[in-house]
Amino acid sequence: MLELKGVTKVVGADTHINAVDLTLQHASLNVLLGPTLSGKTSLMRLMAGLDVPTSGSIWFDGVNVTGVPVQKRRIAMVYQQFINYPAMTVYENIASPLRVAGVDSAKINKEVRRAAELLKLAPYLDRTPLNLSGGQQQRTALARAIVKNAGLVLLDEPLANLDYKLREELRAELPKIFAESGAIFVYATTEPSEALLLGGNTATLSQGRVTQFGPTIDVFRRPRDLVTARTFSDPPLNTIVLRKSGASFLLDGGVNLPVPSELKGIADATYTVGFQPHHLSLKRPNREAVSVTAKVKVTEVTGSESFIHLDFADVHWVMLAHGIQVFDPDQTIEVFIDPRHLMVFDEAGRSAETIQARAA
Amino acid sequence: MEKTLNNKAWFLVLPVLVLVAFSAVIPLMTVVNYSVQDTFGNNQFFWAGTEWFQELLASSRFWAAIGRNLVFSGIILAIEVPLGILIALNMPRKGWGVPVCLVLMALPLLIPWNVVGTIWQVFGRTDIGLMGYYLNALGINYNYVQNPIDAWVTVIVMDVWHWTSLVVLLCYAGLVSIPDAFYQAAKIDGASRWAVFRYIQLPKMQRVLLIAVLLRFMDSFMIYTEPFVVTGGGPGNSTTFLSIDLVKMALGQFDLGPAAAMSLVYFLIILLLSWVFYTVMTNYDSGR
Amino acid sequence: MASIELDHIRHAYAGPSKAATVYALKEIHYTFEDGGAYALLGPSGCGKTTLLNIISGLLHPSHGRLRFDGRDVTELSTQERNIAQVFQFPVIYDTMTVYDNLAFPLRNRGVTESEVDKKVRETLKMIDLADWADRKARGLTADQKQKISLGRGLVRSDVNAILFDEPLTVIDPHMKWVLRSQLKQLHQRFGYTEIYVTHDQTEALTFAQKVVVMFEGEIVQIGTPAELFERPKHTFVGYFIGSPGMNLMPVDIQGKNARLGSQSIALPGAPKTAGESKLELGIRPEYVRLGREGMPISVTKVEDIGRHKIVRAELEGRSLAAILGEDDDIPAEPKVRFDPAGINIYADSWRVEMGA
Repeated sequence: MLELKGVTKVVGADTHINAVDLTLQHASLNVLLGPTLSGKTSLMRLMAGLDVPTSGSIWFDGVNVTGVPVQKRRIAMVYQQFINYPAMTVYENIASPLRVAGVDSAKINKEVRRAAELLKLAPYLDRTPLNLSGGQQQRTALARAIVKNAGLVLLDEPLANLDYKLREELRAELPKIFAESGAIFVYATTEPSEALLLGGNTATLSQGRVTQFGPTIDVFRRPRDLVTARTFSDPPLNTIVLRKSGASFLLDGGVNLPVPSELKGIADATYTVGFQPHHLSLKRPNREAVSVTAKVKVTEVTGSESFIHLDFADVHWVMLAHGIQVFDPDQTIEVFIDPRHLMVFDEAGRSAETIQARAA
Repeated sequence: MEKTLNNKAWFLVLPVLVLVAFSAVIPLMTVVNYSVQDTFGNNQFFWAGTEWFQELLASSRFWAAIGRNLVFSGIILAIEVPLGILIALNMPRKGWGVPVCLVLMALPLLIPWNVVGTIWQVFGRTDIGLMGYYLNALGINYNYVQNPIDAWVTVIVMDVWHWTSLVVLLCYAGLVSIPDAFYQAAKIDGASRWAVFRYIQLPKMQRVLLIAVLLRFMDSFMIYTEPFVVTGGGPGNSTTFLSIDLVKMALGQFDLGPAAAMSLVYFLIILLLSWVFYTVMTNYDSGR
Repeated sequence: MASIELDHIRHAYAGPSKAATVYALKEIHYTFEDGGAYALLGPSGCGKTTLLNIISGLLHPSHGRLRFDGRDVTELSTQERNIAQVFQFPVIYDTMTVYDNLAFPLRNRGVTESEVDKKVRETLKMIDLADWADRKARGLTADQKQKISLGRGLVRSDVNAILFDEPLTVIDPHMKWVLRSQLKQLHQRFGYTEIYVTHDQTEALTFAQKVVVMFEGEIVQIGTPAELFERPKHTFVGYFIGSPGMNLMPVDIQGKNARLGSQSIALPGAPKTAGESKLELGIRPEYVRLGREGMPISVTKVEDIGRHKIVRAELEGRSLAAILGEDDDIPAEPKVRFDPAGINIYADSWRVEMGA
């Protein structure tokens, strides 16, 4: 179990990490999700012991490891760049941490072959990394991290430099690899879709703070605040600032959005209402759905889906529609908002659900 | 990583600390000590206060030496930096020519100072030196032993020959780090050769140029060995730079107090000028 | 803007060679139409960047001619071709202001200052950077820098085509959305000829009117996003486009039926096969219907990715992916049916037409 207690890192005048509390369990996959410079790498460096926190403490299995240097911890890291020993074969690359640890060669052989099997590297063991594709090079780096039998494996955007399809393949295999290892995995990414595909737990980061931590799909479906909702949304979250009056949010043109039943108790005030692009649709999804008219700006088609960029009042929305839907720019169309999936945030950006839960 | 992770690491820097203490701190303290005292040998010292400093700052000999140093450093920088950039720009960026050029460039840097001095001392001699003899044979009146200008030219050519490579290597390192896309974009934008240099290569070389200018300035300001070997500071005092003057004073005349005062002033000048260079260039770098 | 005609273009990096295998780019004969938005899509090493460099003039093709609006430009330099290019990593002139960056290509061509000012102001508005004109370009964010790179192309009125080389690589996901739709809007408004190289299917499909799918130096298919999605000509296109890619399974064909193990699947028509050795049925996960009727499957894994679920299952010992709606659940004894509209038959990896 890795525990971060009030970890803060200040460099010069900048606060890189701001009072982070986080508890990660063994045999778990934990995604750090946030845009560039949100503190993902800084946080990983603190977890690894490459940096020492300015304040707060880091505990591993109940032992305070704050300030214990990286070489004294059981840690493996994989980076965005493919880092291998260029002069060694793949076999020797994977074996290197075991050789350092003084493991006998029969056991090394067994471990290396097992890891190579898991990462589909068995046919390439005699090659040197530079004779491999990018995907295979990164598999080698991953295999080396796995055999090390580290308690904590840190992966800093490991797939970012790979082709889309290679990324997809490796990403599908990763959860299985993680499950077999039993270590704590921490995986940094900028892409919400990657976090969702990996599953596990997700900590969303924004400006050095962990805004929420929990099972990935829960964080995605029930973000505690607007910042988290925005961080964890791709395409970007659609939002609009609305005034609540009784059981409705007042939209332009006399249209009302019903307040979700579980939020009926919140006070009448101004709220930011958010919903995911796939909760905006061209066809009425259910009886409660609210119809609004919006102006098309751009249509993007991916084959199976269409992204339609819309202007509604003074806000910009994206609709994710099934199939191929093409509209002319500036065309006015009718779209439906599904009120069952509304996210409601107060003026401070806290989710109405949280406020209500706290009040109860 | 700005905090110590392991206190034992300090033991690793201990040898360096001891070395620096013996080679720099203790001598410097000794010099400070000498600079405020007077001695007549026999280990007898008398307090002299700022007397040596006052005397030094009033002496025309000192100012003349400083003047020579500044002119020398100025000329050296004015030649070596543009020349170094020019050579670096024209070095190949890939293929077999790269290692060949790099080795050729590194060669002069591998030769010790006094050997460089000796080489040029012999090279420039009018009786047996290849250069000196043939220059005279061609009707050019060249004699570094008698003519101050010839002495200067010899010392400068020698320094350029010895040290331009350093500027070349630093600039080359800066140039090869520029991604191809920049050159492609420049082509597409229709940029001239000069514009490519001015807006892509020069900005990307700026950091290494700063280092090159600093190193060359400090080194040339402290020049001693080569002119000492070639001209011995002459003819007259024409190539007597501060360092040569200092040695003359300390060892030749054994005026320890004035020499110590001069060393300190010399040291401060270098420190000050280096600091000025550094701040000006880094501000220039970040202020835009 | 101009049309770009690739007339039997081939390229080998070591110069012309006899063996066809060493061609990084095998023969390509195609015309990019004036005002079209094209994407070159494929994995690394497929030759897409080679093709782009041939168009921009950074590479001279070993064979074939290149024409802009019918004019042979094969021997012209990059400069003379009047193209614009946006690179993977932002290329900006650090020491200049945003304004001067945009003015640079014009000033290099001796345009008068009053004309420069007019064009630069106009372009700054187009790329939404009017308020940033006097800022030094170096302090800007990656997406702003990419817009400057683009702006240096847009500012010139004589530009024949705009080339993009994986321009969104260093952009954060959220900004990708903004930048992508801005690119699209610029194309809608001004109708540039645009060629966009990427390995990312989402970028290619959303950007382009026509996507050129490349694999091992060859064009495998050129089509609209819909064509590539619904009717992939080659199994590679089926695999490469779509996330997850197309399900492929070996079948035997009997008239209007395909046999997969013990199952028989009704086809929309009789495939016109000609005794090829390898026959496969391809169906995208989006067309696999999960329910209580059809062929029994065993579910191995469900990936909830928010807007829908990806169900990984086994059908007759073959792995199969299916897409399930956000609020839908997997029935107790799951079975699948294939939507006939989404069925394609492949003989030796190439799609065969189906008759009535």
